[in-house]
Amino acid sequence: MTLLKRIAPQLVALALLVALVTVFYPDFLKIGISGDRLVGPMIDVLKRGAPVALLATGMTLVIATRGIDLSVGTTMAICGAVAASAVAGGWGLGPALLLALAAGALAGLWNGLLVAVVGIQPFVATLILMTMGRGIAQLITEGRILTFTDAGFAFFGSGSLLGLPVPAWLWLACGLGMAALMRRTALGLLVESIGINRRASALAGVNATVLLIAVYVVSGLCAALAGIVVTADIRGADANNAGLWLELDAILAVVIGGNSLLGGRFSIIASLIGALIIQTIDTGILLAGFPSEYNLVIKAVLVLVILVLQSPRIAGEWRLWRDSHRASREAALQRGAAK
Amino acid sequence: MTRFLMSTAAALAISATAALAEGETVGFSQIGSESGWRAAETTLTKTQAEERGLKLQFSDAQQKQENQIAAIRSFIAQGVDAILLAPVVATGWDSVLQEAKEAEIPVVLLDRQVDSSDDLYLTAVGSNLVHEGEVAGKWLVDTVGDKECRVVELQGTTGSSPAIDRKKGFENALAGHDNLKIVRSQTGDFTRAQGKEVMESFLQAENGGKDICALYAHNDDMAVGAIQAIKEAGLKPGSDILVVSIDGVPDLFQAMANGEANATVELTPNMAGPAFDALEAYWKDGTQPPKFIQTESKLYTQADDPAGEYERRKGLGY
Repeated sequence: MTLLKRIAPQLVALALLVALVTVFYPDFLKIGISGDRLVGPMIDVLKRGAPVALLATGMTLVIATRGIDLSVGTTMAICGAVAASAVAGGWGLGPALLLALAAGALAGLWNGLLVAVVGIQPFVATLILMTMGRGIAQLITEGRILTFTDAGFAFFGSGSLLGLPVPAWLWLACGLGMAALMRRTALGLLVESIGINRRASALAGVNATVLLIAVYVVSGLCAALAGIVVTADIRGADANNAGLWLELDAILAVVIGGNSLLGGRFSIIASLIGALIIQTIDTGILLAGFPSEYNLVIKAVLVLVILVLQSPRIAGEWRLWRDSHRASREAALQRGAAK
Repeated sequence: MTRFLMSTAAALAISATAALAEGETVGFSQIGSESGWRAAETTLTKTQAEERGLKLQFSDAQQKQENQIAAIRSFIAQGVDAILLAPVVATGWDSVLQEAKEAEIPVVLLDRQVDSSDDLYLTAVGSNLVHEGEVAGKWLVDTVGDKECRVVELQGTTGSSPAIDRKKGFENALAGHDNLKIVRSQTGDFTRAQGKEVMESFLQAENGGKDICALYAHNDDMAVGAIQAIKEAGLKPGSDILVVSIDGVPDLFQAMANGEANATVELTPNMAGPAFDALEAYWKDGTQPPKFIQTESKLYTQADDPAGEYERRKGLGY
């Protein structure tokens, strides 16, 4: 119940947005069946939203510790390049996936050590890998788009399971699993306590250093999964473009999810809905068929409207205005009655 | 001071060995290696120089104009016989080109243009982007004939000159053929992933793709992504939906060999060949080439041995 109350603004925003897109593209909610899989714009949203939803899962935890991870986009490119070169080199699917996840964990470990042990500000610490990472990915692919034909790997991008696309299952499992892990154990509380006051929580006995590193490693692992999805999707590792600017979309998803960039209380599920909102905007713009010059403007305006509507100050001002309006009307009525 | 003398001596030594090797020395300031096409251009420039017995001084600017200007100044200091420049931006070249002119070193621009006065460089080699779009459009017009055809278009990055010009050229070719209509046009940002995602929405919006007769993509990478989207929607790219794009990258030739793409217009990475031709004529008897040498925009279809073209291209670093 408290969860429903927490995510109500995001759900309302998503519903309004879907209604708006339906005005421009009436078949938006239509879901059909083709072979053994469901097809339709909403299914595309679930599938295409996977990279941002996966990134947002890790990003929510990082932001809850009052940090930020700018390197997730390039980590995606690195992990995609690692997986593609392993598969193309004939290592087999299992080792390729493990190597990609290991690369993501390593990237997270690097960020975590810089933040938690060396004490560099998260923005700067992760900026280092953000700048450097694309070069690493290009070194792995030798600057080309590294393509592969392994059907097992492609399954992670374009396969389907029980009617739903595999990427959708991946982010649902990862996001909901992580949310359960955080809320069914004390972990979530400990992460929040670091974000509110790292020193105080360390004094209270929380192993803040290890937990901080772990949070960045989780973010790296989420980025690895996202990298696997986008690489499998186009059956090739595109080091120049994979995950480009997606760190910003992930941060936006967390913010639309109502999480504070100053750390503390967080909700992974709200961030996931934030990711769905962003993808609904993207897919809606494509289906509505506006000229491409308008894409970014429409997206910006919609995001602005959503954020303004969610702003606690606007809500407070509105309540204040409504109450004073009501009071003055009542006063006028009373004056009228007195005459 | 000592260091200055030593570097001057080193520069002299370099030009001395060049003279001994009986080949002219050419400095090449490349933008960087941001795309496979550019890597192929670098590879081909090096092999072309080798075949002609020229000595090539290569400098990678890593997308920075200041690196390119520094490289050109060092080429001038070394006294090279010519400079090839692939300019990263169009503006800000006047003073360094003037220095090259005063040193009597001919400069040839590769693949991109500058806005300096054209007496500051010998010639520019490049493709005509509008013409590329026209070649692609003409192929589609000829192939479709009188049939009704609803075309979807994947544009390049919004506002970039290839996107604007390749769109314009294609529309020029379609003008007057009312049976061909561009029904949807969206940007796919020149990438495979975006090409695939946007194509999925086109298929969704056009009755599962049954209403689409042809796809025109502003580059091959977007076409390769779109081909996957068409296949996943249960249609046959190449026959249910015709696919025509521009660039001529190896993966598209492979798709053509598999019957999944129909045609591509090559943007040749061999800009150095025509540049060296012009330079050799200039060195020999001072022949002034025209100020713009347009490379051929050659059309390749499934009939042009795509499997063989793939083999010939895959080693170029695309």
